[in-house]
Amino acid sequence: MLKKILYSLTAVLLLVSIYLVFFYAPIPVNPATAGGDPGNFKIFYFHLPIAISAYLAFAIVFISSIMYLKTKEQKWDIRALSSAEVGVIFAFLTLASGSIWARSAWGSYWVTWDVRLNTSLVLFLIYISYLMVRQAVEEPEKRARLSAVFGIVGFLGVPLSFMSIRLWNKTTIHPVAELNYTTFSPLLTTLITNFAAFFLLLASLITLRIGIELLKEKTNELKRKSNL
Amino acid sequence: MKFLYIAWKDLKAEFRTKQMLNSMMIFAFLVIVIFSFAFGNESTIYVSVIDKKIVDLLAPGMLWIAFTFAGMLGLSRSFAGEKEEGCLEGLKLCPVDRSDIYNGKVISNAVLMFLMEITTIPVFVVLFSYDIKNIPGLLLVVFLGTLGFIFVGTLLSALTVNTRTREILLPVILFPVLLPVILSAVTATGVMLSAGSISEIAGELQILAIYDVIFFIVAQLVFEYTIED
Repeated sequence: MLKKILYSLTAVLLLVSIYLVFFYAPIPVNPATAGGDPGNFKIFYFHLPIAISAYLAFAIVFISSIMYLKTKEQKWDIRALSSAEVGVIFAFLTLASGSIWARSAWGSYWVTWDVRLNTSLVLFLIYISYLMVRQAVEEPEKRARLSAVFGIVGFLGVPLSFMSIRLWNKTTIHPVAELNYTTFSPLLTTLITNFAAFFLLLASLITLRIGIELLKEKTNELKRKSNL
Repeated sequence: MKFLYIAWKDLKAEFRTKQMLNSMMIFAFLVIVIFSFAFGNESTIYVSVIDKKIVDLLAPGMLWIAFTFAGMLGLSRSFAGEKEEGCLEGLKLCPVDRSDIYNGKVISNAVLMFLMEITTIPVFVVLFSYDIKNIPGLLLVVFLGTLGFIFVGTLLSALTVNTRTREILLPVILFPVLLPVILSAVTATGVMLSAGSISEIAGELQILAIYDVIFFIVAQLVFEYTIED
Protein backbone atom coordinates (compact mmCIF):
# COMPACT_ATOMS: atom_id res chain seq x y z
CA MET A 1 0.00 0.00 0.00
CA LEU A 2 2.72 2.40 1.06
CA LYS A 3 4.65 1.51 -2.09
CA LYS A 4 1.64 2.23 -4.27
CA ILE A 5 1.28 5.67 -2.73
CA LEU A 6 4.99 6.31 -3.32
CA TYR A 7 4.80 5.24 -6.98
CA SER A 8 1.68 7.23 -7.76
CA LEU A 9 3.00 10.31 -5.97
CA THR A 10 6.21 10.03 -8.01
CA ALA A 11 4.28 9.78 -11.25
CA VAL A 12 2.09 12.78 -10.43
CA LEU A 13 4.98 14.94 -9.27
CA LEU A 14 7.07 14.07 -12.33
CA LEU A 15 4.21 15.12 -14.62
CA VAL A 16 3.71 18.32 -12.65
CA SER A 17 7.41 19.11 -12.73
CA ILE A 18 7.61 18.57 -16.48
CA TYR A 19 4.63 20.86 -16.94
CA LEU A 20 6.22 23.49 -14.70
CA VAL A 21 9.55 23.32 -16.50
CA PHE A 22 8.09 23.78 -19.95
CA PHE A 23 5.17 26.12 -19.34
CA TYR A 24 5.82 27.98 -16.12
CA ALA A 25 9.49 28.20 -15.24
CA PRO A 26 11.29 31.43 -16.10
CA ILE A 27 14.57 31.68 -17.99
CA PRO A 28 16.67 33.89 -15.72
CA VAL A 29 19.45 34.44 -18.22
CA ASN A 30 20.20 37.55 -20.15
CA PRO A 31 19.64 36.59 -23.82
CA ALA A 32 22.44 38.94 -24.81
CA THR A 33 25.11 37.23 -22.71
CA ALA A 34 23.81 33.66 -22.76
CA GLY A 35 25.60 31.17 -24.97
CA GLY A 36 23.40 29.49 -27.56
CA ASP A 37 19.67 29.50 -27.21
CA PRO A 38 18.74 30.96 -23.78
CA GLY A 39 15.99 28.34 -23.61
CA ASN A 40 18.66 25.75 -22.92
CA PHE A 41 18.57 26.94 -19.32
CA LYS A 42 15.48 24.82 -18.80
CA ILE A 43 17.57 21.67 -18.66
CA PHE A 44 18.97 23.07 -15.42
CA TYR A 45 15.71 22.16 -13.65
CA PHE A 46 16.42 18.49 -14.41
CA HIS A 47 20.19 18.60 -14.24
CA LEU A 48 20.61 19.84 -10.67
CA PRO A 49 18.02 17.57 -8.96
CA ILE A 50 19.37 14.53 -10.82
CA ALA A 51 22.91 15.34 -9.76
CA ILE A 52 21.95 15.78 -6.12
CA SER A 53 19.89 12.57 -6.25
CA ALA A 54 22.96 10.70 -7.48
CA TYR A 55 24.99 12.00 -4.53
CA LEU A 56 22.18 10.97 -2.23
CA ALA A 57 22.11 7.45 -3.69
CA PHE A 58 25.85 7.09 -3.16
CA ALA A 59 25.54 8.30 0.41
CA ILE A 60 22.98 5.53 0.93
CA VAL A 61 25.49 3.03 -0.47
CA PHE A 62 28.08 4.30 2.01
CA ILE A 63 25.75 4.09 5.01
CA SER A 64 24.39 0.68 3.98
CA SER A 65 27.94 -0.62 3.54
CA ILE A 66 28.89 0.45 7.06
CA MET A 67 25.69 -1.03 8.43
CA TYR A 68 26.33 -4.29 6.60
CA LEU A 69 29.82 -4.69 8.04
CA LYS A 70 28.42 -3.89 11.46
CA THR A 71 25.35 -6.13 11.46
CA LYS A 72 26.03 -8.64 8.64
CA GLU A 73 22.35 -8.48 7.79
CA GLN A 74 21.59 -9.16 4.18
CA LYS A 75 19.00 -6.41 3.86
CA TRP A 76 21.77 -3.79 4.09
CA ASP A 77 23.62 -5.45 1.24
CA ILE A 78 20.49 -5.38 -0.90
CA ARG A 79 20.00 -1.71 -0.08
CA ALA A 80 23.60 -0.93 -1.02
CA LEU A 81 23.32 -2.79 -4.32
CA SER A 82 20.02 -1.17 -5.25
CA SER A 83 21.15 2.37 -4.47
CA ALA A 84 24.43 1.84 -6.29
CA GLU A 85 22.70 0.69 -9.46
CA VAL A 86 20.15 3.48 -9.42
CA GLY A 87 22.87 5.96 -8.46
CA VAL A 88 24.99 4.98 -11.45
CA ILE A 89 22.02 5.67 -13.73
CA PHE A 90 21.48 9.07 -12.13
CA ALA A 91 25.19 9.87 -12.35
CA PHE A 92 25.13 8.95 -16.02
CA LEU A 93 22.07 11.14 -16.56
CA THR A 94 23.87 13.99 -14.81
CA LEU A 95 26.78 13.68 -17.22
CA ALA A 96 24.48 13.28 -20.21
CA SER A 97 22.18 16.21 -19.41
CA GLY A 98 25.21 18.30 -18.51
CA SER A 99 26.92 17.50 -21.81
CA ILE A 100 23.83 18.37 -23.81
CA TRP A 101 23.48 21.66 -21.98
CA ALA A 102 27.20 22.38 -22.31
CA ARG A 103 27.10 21.82 -26.04
CA SER A 104 24.38 24.39 -26.37
CA ALA A 105 25.61 26.92 -23.80
CA TRP A 106 29.40 26.67 -23.91
CA GLY A 107 29.86 25.25 -27.39
CA SER A 108 31.41 21.91 -26.46
CA TYR A 109 30.14 18.71 -24.91
CA TRP A 110 33.03 18.34 -22.57
CA VAL A 111 35.07 20.96 -20.75
CA THR A 112 38.14 19.03 -19.68
CA TRP A 113 39.15 21.21 -16.78
CA ASP A 114 35.87 21.95 -15.06
CA VAL A 115 35.90 20.93 -11.40
CA ARG A 116 32.34 19.73 -10.95
CA LEU A 117 32.26 17.97 -14.27
CA ASN A 118 35.34 15.94 -13.43
CA THR A 119 34.09 15.18 -9.95
CA SER A 120 30.86 13.80 -11.40
CA LEU A 121 32.86 11.72 -13.83
CA VAL A 122 35.01 10.26 -11.05
CA LEU A 123 31.92 9.53 -9.00
CA PHE A 124 30.43 7.68 -11.96
CA LEU A 125 33.65 5.68 -12.47
CA ILE A 126 33.95 4.74 -8.80
CA TYR A 127 30.45 3.28 -8.71
CA ILE A 128 30.92 1.49 -12.02
CA SER A 129 33.89 -0.20 -10.32
CA TYR A 130 31.67 -0.93 -7.33
CA LEU A 131 29.33 -2.84 -9.62
CA MET A 132 32.33 -4.59 -11.17
CA VAL A 133 33.41 -5.80 -7.73
CA ARG A 134 29.94 -7.20 -7.14
CA GLN A 135 29.98 -8.95 -10.48
CA ALA A 136 33.30 -10.63 -9.82
CA VAL A 137 32.27 -12.57 -6.72
CA GLU A 138 29.92 -15.55 -6.75
CA GLU A 139 29.24 -16.30 -3.09
CA PRO A 140 26.58 -13.93 -1.73
CA GLU A 141 28.14 -13.51 1.71
CA LYS A 142 31.60 -12.77 0.37
CA ARG A 143 30.20 -10.49 -2.31
CA ALA A 144 28.33 -8.47 0.28
CA ARG A 145 31.39 -8.17 2.50
CA LEU A 146 33.89 -7.21 -0.21
CA SER A 147 31.59 -4.75 -1.93
CA ALA A 148 30.79 -3.12 1.41
CA VAL A 149 34.51 -2.51 1.92
CA PHE A 150 34.74 -0.97 -1.52
CA GLY A 151 31.57 1.05 -0.93
CA ILE A 152 33.26 2.69 2.04
CA VAL A 153 36.65 3.24 0.40
CA GLY A 154 35.12 4.57 -2.80
CA PHE A 155 32.84 7.06 -1.09
CA LEU A 156 35.71 8.47 0.96
CA GLY A 157 37.64 9.06 -2.24
CA VAL A 158 35.02 11.45 -3.57
CA PRO A 159 35.66 14.58 -1.43
CA LEU A 160 39.39 14.11 -1.90
CA SER A 161 38.94 13.89 -5.65
CA PHE A 162 36.95 17.09 -5.54
CA MET A 163 39.69 18.82 -3.56
CA SER A 164 42.47 17.61 -5.81
CA ILE A 165 40.64 18.53 -9.00
CA ARG A 166 39.92 21.98 -7.58
CA LEU A 167 43.58 22.41 -6.80
CA TRP A 168 44.57 21.20 -10.24
CA ASN A 169 42.38 23.84 -11.77
CA LYS A 170 40.38 26.19 -9.61
CA THR A 171 38.10 27.48 -12.31
CA THR A 172 34.63 26.17 -12.83
CA ILE A 173 32.39 27.22 -15.65
CA HIS A 174 29.40 26.11 -13.61
CA PRO A 175 27.29 28.95 -12.29
CA VAL A 176 27.72 29.32 -8.56
CA ALA A 177 24.39 29.87 -6.82
CA GLU A 178 23.67 33.53 -7.17
CA LEU A 179 19.91 33.36 -7.36
CA ASN A 180 17.72 35.14 -4.91
CA TYR A 181 16.47 32.45 -2.59
CA THR A 182 14.48 34.64 -0.25
CA THR A 183 11.46 35.16 -2.44
CA PHE A 184 9.27 32.33 -3.56
CA SER A 185 9.93 32.94 -7.20
CA PRO A 186 8.59 30.76 -10.05
CA LEU A 187 12.15 29.55 -10.50
CA LEU A 188 12.36 28.32 -6.94
CA THR A 189 8.92 26.72 -7.09
CA THR A 190 9.88 24.78 -10.20
CA LEU A 191 13.22 23.79 -8.75
CA ILE A 192 11.72 22.56 -5.49
CA THR A 193 9.04 20.58 -7.34
CA ASN A 194 11.74 18.99 -9.45
CA PHE A 195 13.81 18.16 -6.40
CA ALA A 196 10.81 16.51 -4.79
CA ALA A 197 9.97 14.64 -8.00
CA PHE A 198 13.49 13.29 -8.50
CA PHE A 199 14.01 12.37 -4.86
CA LEU A 200 10.77 10.41 -5.03
CA LEU A 201 11.84 8.85 -8.31
CA LEU A 202 15.09 7.79 -6.65
CA ALA A 203 13.17 6.32 -3.73
CA SER A 204 10.73 4.47 -6.02
CA LEU A 205 13.47 3.03 -8.20
CA ILE A 206 15.45 1.86 -5.20
CA THR A 207 12.32 0.33 -3.67
CA LEU A 208 11.56 -1.46 -6.94
CA ARG A 209 15.13 -2.71 -7.20
CA ILE A 210 15.01 -4.02 -3.63
CA GLY A 211 11.75 -5.79 -4.52
CA ILE A 212 13.40 -7.48 -7.50
CA GLU A 213 16.24 -8.68 -5.33
CA LEU A 214 13.84 -10.11 -2.74
CA LEU A 215 11.90 -11.89 -5.48
CA LYS A 216 15.13 -13.35 -6.81
CA GLU A 217 15.88 -14.77 -3.42
CA LYS A 218 12.42 -16.26 -3.18
CA THR A 219 12.86 -17.94 -6.59
CA ASN A 220 16.19 -19.37 -5.54
CA GLU A 221 14.63 -20.66 -2.37
CA LEU A 222 11.82 -22.35 -4.35
CA LYS A 223 14.31 -23.84 -6.79
CA ARG A 224 16.34 -25.28 -3.96
CA LYS A 225 13.22 -26.77 -2.40
CA SER A 226 11.98 -28.36 -5.61
CA ASN A 227 15.37 -29.97 -6.18
CA LEU A 228 15.03 -31.80 -2.93
CA MET B 1 55.75 -4.18 16.03
CA LYS B 2 54.76 -7.69 15.01
CA PHE B 3 53.93 -6.51 11.52
CA LEU B 4 57.66 -6.11 10.89
CA TYR B 5 57.96 -9.90 10.95
CA ILE B 6 55.38 -10.20 8.18
CA ALA B 7 57.13 -7.53 6.15
CA TRP B 8 60.45 -9.26 6.78
CA LYS B 9 59.05 -12.62 5.66
CA ASP B 10 57.72 -11.08 2.44
CA LEU B 11 60.94 -9.28 1.63
CA LYS B 12 63.05 -12.32 2.42
CA ALA B 13 60.96 -14.47 0.09
CA GLU B 14 61.12 -11.77 -2.55
CA PHE B 15 64.88 -11.29 -2.39
CA ARG B 16 65.46 -15.01 -2.76
CA THR B 17 63.97 -14.99 -6.24
CA LYS B 18 63.73 -11.24 -7.01
CA GLN B 19 60.97 -12.24 -9.43
CA MET B 20 58.60 -9.40 -8.62
CA LEU B 21 61.22 -6.72 -8.20
CA ASN B 22 62.87 -7.58 -11.52
CA SER B 23 59.65 -7.53 -13.46
CA MET B 24 58.57 -4.25 -11.86
CA MET B 25 61.91 -2.59 -12.63
CA ILE B 26 62.06 -3.87 -16.17
CA PHE B 27 58.47 -2.91 -16.83
CA ALA B 28 59.02 0.66 -15.57
CA PHE B 29 62.22 0.83 -17.61
CA LEU B 30 60.32 -0.29 -20.71
CA VAL B 31 57.63 2.33 -20.20
CA ILE B 32 60.28 5.05 -20.13
CA VAL B 33 61.99 3.55 -23.19
CA ILE B 34 58.71 3.48 -25.12
CA PHE B 35 58.11 7.12 -24.26
CA SER B 36 61.62 8.02 -25.34
CA PHE B 37 61.08 6.29 -28.68
CA ALA B 38 57.72 7.95 -29.10
CA PHE B 39 58.75 11.47 -28.16
CA GLY B 40 62.57 11.35 -28.20
CA ASN B 41 63.10 13.50 -31.26
CA GLU B 42 60.67 16.22 -30.31
CA SER B 43 61.47 16.30 -26.63
CA THR B 44 63.95 19.18 -26.89
CA ILE B 45 61.67 21.40 -28.94
CA TYR B 46 60.17 24.35 -27.13
CA VAL B 47 56.41 24.68 -27.30
CA SER B 48 55.34 28.24 -27.51
CA VAL B 49 52.31 28.04 -25.19
CA ILE B 50 54.15 28.31 -21.92
CA ASP B 51 57.65 28.30 -23.35
CA LYS B 52 58.47 24.86 -22.02
CA LYS B 53 60.16 21.93 -23.62
CA ILE B 54 57.82 19.14 -24.62
CA VAL B 55 59.64 16.83 -22.25
CA ASP B 56 58.86 19.17 -19.36
CA LEU B 57 55.17 18.75 -20.09
CA LEU B 58 55.38 15.00 -20.56
CA ALA B 59 57.80 14.04 -17.82
CA PRO B 60 55.54 14.03 -14.73
CA GLY B 61 52.81 12.01 -16.45
CA MET B 62 55.36 9.65 -17.93
CA LEU B 63 57.03 9.00 -14.58
CA TRP B 64 53.73 8.35 -12.82
CA ILE B 65 52.47 6.07 -15.57
CA ALA B 66 55.65 4.05 -15.14
CA PHE B 67 55.33 4.07 -11.33
CA THR B 68 51.66 3.18 -11.10
CA PHE B 69 51.65 0.53 -13.81
CA ALA B 70 54.77 -1.16 -12.49
CA GLY B 71 53.47 -0.84 -8.94
CA MET B 72 50.26 -2.51 -10.03
CA LEU B 73 52.25 -5.60 -11.03
CA GLY B 74 53.61 -5.88 -7.52
CA LEU B 75 50.27 -5.22 -5.86
CA SER B 76 48.37 -7.81 -7.83
CA ARG B 77 50.85 -10.49 -6.78
CA SER B 78 51.07 -9.32 -3.19
CA PHE B 79 48.10 -11.35 -1.96
CA ALA B 80 47.75 -13.69 -4.94
CA GLY B 81 51.03 -15.29 -3.89
CA GLU B 82 49.62 -15.98 -0.45
CA LYS B 83 46.63 -17.75 -1.96
CA GLU B 84 48.84 -20.59 -3.14
CA GLU B 85 49.53 -23.43 -0.73
CA GLY B 86 47.16 -21.91 1.81
CA CYS B 87 49.66 -19.29 2.97
CA LEU B 88 46.87 -16.83 3.67
CA GLU B 89 45.34 -19.26 6.17
CA GLY B 90 48.73 -19.53 7.82
CA LEU B 91 48.99 -15.77 8.04
CA LYS B 92 45.54 -15.54 9.55
CA LEU B 93 46.53 -18.12 12.17
CA CYS B 94 49.42 -15.92 13.28
CA PRO B 95 48.86 -14.57 16.78
CA VAL B 96 48.67 -10.99 15.52
CA ASP B 97 45.98 -8.46 14.85
CA ARG B 98 44.46 -8.64 11.37
CA SER B 99 45.62 -5.08 10.74
CA ASP B 100 49.20 -6.20 11.38
CA ILE B 101 48.97 -8.37 8.28
CA TYR B 102 47.96 -5.27 6.36
CA ASN B 103 50.74 -3.16 7.86
CA GLY B 104 53.33 -5.80 7.07
CA LYS B 105 52.13 -6.05 3.49
CA VAL B 106 52.16 -2.26 3.17
CA ILE B 107 55.80 -2.13 4.25
CA SER B 108 56.96 -4.89 1.93
CA ASN B 109 55.02 -3.46 -1.02
CA ALA B 110 56.31 0.03 -0.33
CA VAL B 111 59.92 -1.15 -0.13
CA LEU B 112 59.64 -2.89 -3.50
CA MET B 113 58.01 0.12 -5.05
CA PHE B 114 60.58 2.57 -3.70
CA LEU B 115 63.37 0.39 -5.07
CA MET B 116 61.67 0.38 -8.46
CA GLU B 117 61.20 4.16 -8.41
CA ILE B 118 64.76 4.88 -7.36
CA THR B 119 66.06 2.93 -10.34
CA THR B 120 63.51 4.37 -12.77
CA ILE B 121 64.25 8.05 -12.15
CA PRO B 122 67.94 7.77 -13.26
CA VAL B 123 66.85 5.89 -16.39
CA PHE B 124 64.51 8.75 -17.19
CA VAL B 125 67.26 11.32 -16.55
CA VAL B 126 69.65 9.50 -18.87
CA LEU B 127 67.26 8.76 -21.73
CA PHE B 128 65.92 12.31 -21.89
CA SER B 129 69.15 14.02 -20.73
CA TYR B 130 67.06 15.80 -18.17
CA ASP B 131 68.13 17.94 -15.22
CA ILE B 132 65.96 17.50 -12.17
CA LYS B 133 65.92 20.88 -10.48
CA ASN B 134 64.64 20.03 -7.00
CA ILE B 135 65.66 16.50 -6.06
CA PRO B 136 64.65 16.51 -2.34
CA GLY B 137 61.27 17.96 -3.29
CA LEU B 138 60.78 15.32 -5.96
CA LEU B 139 61.65 12.56 -3.50
CA LEU B 140 59.14 13.94 -1.00
CA VAL B 141 56.38 14.00 -3.62
CA VAL B 142 57.23 10.50 -4.81
CA PHE B 143 57.30 9.28 -1.21
CA LEU B 144 53.88 10.68 -0.30
CA GLY B 145 52.33 9.64 -3.60
CA THR B 146 53.68 6.11 -3.34
CA LEU B 147 52.39 5.77 0.22
CA GLY B 148 48.89 6.73 -0.91
CA PHE B 149 49.13 4.30 -3.80
CA ILE B 150 50.29 1.48 -1.53
CA PHE B 151 47.78 2.15 1.28
CA VAL B 152 44.78 1.88 -1.03
CA GLY B 153 46.41 -0.62 -3.36
CA THR B 154 47.22 -3.13 -0.64
CA LEU B 155 43.69 -2.98 0.73
CA LEU B 156 42.12 -3.43 -2.69
CA SER B 157 44.63 -6.15 -3.57
CA ALA B 158 43.41 -8.10 -0.55
CA LEU B 159 39.85 -7.40 -1.70
CA THR B 160 40.33 -8.58 -5.27
CA VAL B 161 42.30 -11.70 -4.38
CA ASN B 162 39.03 -13.43 -3.51
CA THR B 163 37.35 -12.59 -6.80
CA ARG B 164 37.26 -14.48 -10.05
CA THR B 165 39.07 -11.93 -12.21
CA ARG B 166 41.57 -10.57 -9.71
CA GLU B 167 44.39 -9.45 -12.03
CA ILE B 168 42.00 -7.54 -14.26
CA LEU B 169 39.77 -6.22 -11.54
CA LEU B 170 42.47 -4.60 -9.42
CA PRO B 171 43.54 -1.84 -11.84
CA VAL B 172 39.92 -1.19 -12.81
CA ILE B 173 38.76 -0.52 -9.28
CA LEU B 174 42.00 1.01 -8.02
CA PHE B 175 42.47 3.89 -10.46
CA PRO B 176 39.19 5.76 -9.82
CA VAL B 177 39.89 5.75 -6.10
CA LEU B 178 43.51 6.76 -6.70
CA LEU B 179 42.62 9.83 -8.73
CA PRO B 180 43.47 12.38 -5.97
CA VAL B 181 46.92 10.82 -5.56
CA ILE B 182 47.69 10.68 -9.25
CA LEU B 183 46.41 14.17 -9.97
CA SER B 184 48.25 15.83 -7.09
CA ALA B 185 51.42 13.80 -7.53
CA VAL B 186 51.63 14.53 -11.26
CA THR B 187 51.11 18.28 -10.77
CA ALA B 188 53.59 18.43 -7.90
CA THR B 189 56.16 16.33 -9.76
CA GLY B 190 55.91 18.71 -12.70
CA VAL B 191 56.74 21.67 -10.48
CA MET B 192 59.60 19.83 -8.78
CA LEU B 193 61.17 18.71 -12.06
CA SER B 194 61.26 22.15 -13.59
CA ALA B 195 62.71 24.37 -10.90
CA GLY B 196 60.06 24.99 -8.34
CA SER B 197 60.24 25.48 -4.62
CA ILE B 198 58.36 23.32 -2.13
CA SER B 199 56.12 26.24 -1.17
CA GLU B 200 54.56 26.22 -4.63
CA ILE B 201 53.15 22.75 -4.14
CA ALA B 202 51.93 23.14 -0.54
CA GLY B 203 48.35 22.42 -1.60
CA GLU B 204 49.26 19.22 -3.43
CA LEU B 205 51.38 18.01 -0.54
CA GLN B 206 48.50 18.68 1.82
CA ILE B 207 46.11 16.61 -0.26
CA LEU B 208 48.61 13.77 -0.54
CA ALA B 209 49.19 13.82 3.22
CA ILE B 210 45.45 13.94 4.02
CA TYR B 211 44.78 11.12 1.57
CA ASP B 212 47.55 9.01 3.13
CA VAL B 213 46.27 9.55 6.66
CA ILE B 214 42.58 8.95 5.84
CA PHE B 215 43.13 5.78 3.89
CA PHE B 216 45.69 4.41 6.32
CA ILE B 217 43.15 4.73 9.13
CA VAL B 218 40.23 3.39 7.07
CA ALA B 219 42.31 0.42 5.94
CA GLN B 220 43.10 -0.45 9.56
CA LEU B 221 39.36 -0.53 10.24
CA VAL B 222 38.11 -2.47 7.22
CA PHE B 223 41.04 -4.69 6.28
CA GLU B 224 39.90 -7.62 8.43
CA TYR B 225 36.68 -7.87 6.42
CA THR B 226 38.56 -8.41 3.17
CA ILE B 227 40.32 -11.60 4.30
CA GLU B 228 37.87 -13.14 6.75
CA ASP B 229 36.09 -16.33 5.67
